[in-house]
Amino acid sequence: MSETAIPYMVKPHPVTGIPNGKLGIWLFLASEVMLFGALFSSYVLIRTGMPHWPPEGGLSSEVLNVPLGTFNTAVLITSSITMVLAWASCKMGSLPKFKMWMGATVFLALVFLVVKYFEYSDKFHHEHFPSHDNFYAIYFVLTGLHGLHIVGGIIVNTFLLTAGSKMWQTDPEHFTNRVENAGLYWHFVDLVWIFLFPSLYLL
Amino acid sequence: MAENAQHEDISKHMGQYYVVFVALLCLTAVTVGVSYLHLTRPLAITVALIIASIKAGLVAAVFMHLISERKVIYAVLILTALFFIILLALPNLTVFEHHSGMPGT
Repeated sequence: MSETAIPYMVKPHPVTGIPNGKLGIWLFLASEVMLFGALFSSYVLIRTGMPHWPPEGGLSSEVLNVPLGTFNTAVLITSSITMVLAWASCKMGSLPKFKMWMGATVFLALVFLVVKYFEYSDKFHHEHFPSHDNFYAIYFVLTGLHGLHIVGGIIVNTFLLTAGSKMWQTDPEHFTNRVENAGLYWHFVDLVWIFLFPSLYLL
Repeated sequence: MAENAQHEDISKHMGQYYVVFVALLCLTAVTVGVSYLHLTRPLAITVALIIASIKAGLVAAVFMHLISERKVIYAVLILTALFFIILLALPNLTVFEHHSGMPGT
């Protein structure tokens, strides 16, 4: 190991009791809570200031596609358990099983994006752009930012599935920690959707 | 020996992961089902947020292993929760002051 390597990536740091990478990802997630929190706060602020929501009348559940949203919720929940199983496979020493579950996680993330693409296309087809009204502005910003997080997760998880998995041969414990950290991020993305789905589609 | 113990430990958790997975799917069905009851808006918001909070709690506690985490992470999260509440409440409190009655209901 070179002298410039980040210390305590495998062994817990004596002060915090956890590896540095794990503390780092939790601090990052804390900042993510504030990012989504700011947008969620804006949503509540705008919505409570409107006489009707959506402004054009009707219900959110009539404007957005609830069956597709429900399907995507189930897809993300399933991808969360496949992510946990990928990490558990590392813990139990099986790289092939890790690859199977991580592959499933990436696949499900892509399914989520494809469904989102169809939802967005339908809205664009009816000329419902973010500039249409406050409802669509909020809908596209919140789901768009969440979608970008899905893309980020796909990039990291694909790296761990391919080139990144070489680390398994040299430092399996460090690799397992990386998978755990990627998993923490992925579950957070699922957690955000758990709040977004009812707030945007159902209420 | 140590590796075997770790295997056992993980396999014990496996059952938990599947139970949470099924619970999350069921709660999703409940949220969607409740939305078809067309409850009054404040009640619908309360019910939906309670269900979402239970789901989020399950994901955080079991999938993110918060149930058995170190104190330093709890400290970070308590601080985050505090600032999150301030972030959510402050701008909205100013609105409630300007309006008589609850807007948007």
